[in-house]
Amino acid sequence: MLKRFVLSTIALAAMLAIPVHGRAQTAQPAPAPRRDIFGIWTPANGPGDGIGGTGAKNMPEDGKPEHQLPYTPLGLETLAKHKPGNGARMVHPSEINDPEVISCEPQGMPRQNLYELRTTQILQTPVSVVILYQFDKIWRVIWADGRELEKEHPEPRWFGYSVGKWEDDYTFVVTTNGTDERTWLDKAGRPHSEDLVITERFHRVSRDRLELTMIIDDPKMYTKTWVALEKFPFKLMPPTTDVREMMCSNEEFKAYHKAMEFLDPDAK
Amino acid sequence: MRNIPASIFFVIVGVLVVSLPLLAHHGNAAFDSTSVTVKGTVTDWTWGNPHCFVMFDVKDQQGNIVHWVAETSNPSDMVDRGWTKGSLKPGYEVTVTLLPVKSGKPIGRVQRIVLADGKVLSTTLPPAPKPNE
Repeated sequence: MLKRFVLSTIALAAMLAIPVHGRAQTAQPAPAPRRDIFGIWTPANGPGDGIGGTGAKNMPEDGKPEHQLPYTPLGLETLAKHKPGNGARMVHPSEINDPEVISCEPQGMPRQNLYELRTTQILQTPVSVVILYQFDKIWRVIWADGRELEKEHPEPRWFGYSVGKWEDDYTFVVTTNGTDERTWLDKAGRPHSEDLVITERFHRVSRDRLELTMIIDDPKMYTKTWVALEKFPFKLMPPTTDVREMMCSNEEFKAYHKAMEFLDPDAK
Repeated sequence: MRNIPASIFFVIVGVLVVSLPLLAHHGNAAFDSTSVTVKGTVTDWTWGNPHCFVMFDVKDQQGNIVHWVAETSNPSDMVDRGWTKGSLKPGYEVTVTLLPVKSGKPIGRVQRIVLADGKVLSTTLPPAPKPNE
């Protein structure tokens, strides 16, 4: 009797386990829709994945030789003037001269993708793709109406001028130029010039996953192109996701700096 | 008054090397890597960017009041960790574990706060998943 009970239990367990195991093996991500990156996307590896305190995620300023950027002499000279609060070149808060950190200046591009890259909403219209960033509630309009990106512009812009095209049904490629060289390229103080050209590749891997790759091309500051983000993973959030505010307020910054004595050179 | 002999006020001293990726705005250069715990009374709690910060008074053995200030992360991250604008109020008795600044001043970066009723508010725990995740 006992033997029969044990055998029955084992058989039942096997019956229950096999289908579950089978499902796990055969489960496939839902396919990506064609020419569609619409949705609310959040860093797939958690909110800390896109913060980039030490600079571009794929080339952080951590002192490792493999992350040394190919600076031109002007690039090195400009880098030396930038005093960041993080990374291998970090200084005391009283010495930081990062415009975004000390006075709420716009991050601009490409830094918007390299520092505090958080939940990001992407909208599509017949002529454009609009990106809504959580950090600083910034939006970018990327023209997708077939136009070519102008090489000259009447003025630089914090976030530059962007044109995007579908490279294939699942990859939207954005080219940006005309950026304002007052901004730092990343939180580590890497420089860029007005000659900077940014290439972003939004690749929709599946229904629920989007990857962002970003390439930096600035011959004034760097002797060759380099990859700042490589397949940065986002996951799709429900369309009802409430994206919180994360604003830079001058008054809040002043209160914080005063309380923490961060602008006091004698506070070291 | 703000420069204090650390040994008087540190109730618990521990060496903790913790990763604080969400506290990157002004970097880590100002802060020590050794955490301390102090007990005090909240005098103010500011909810804002780039970081929220709490002010609280700690009484030393001579009865002098030392005014502490300590930052947390930004409001968005704090909400993910269960904090709200109303989490702290003047008069609350708190036990604060923090990373102090290297200068020796009573300024720091909060790791956790234990309220009088035992409730723990942490800045280092991973954020709670959103209901629809």
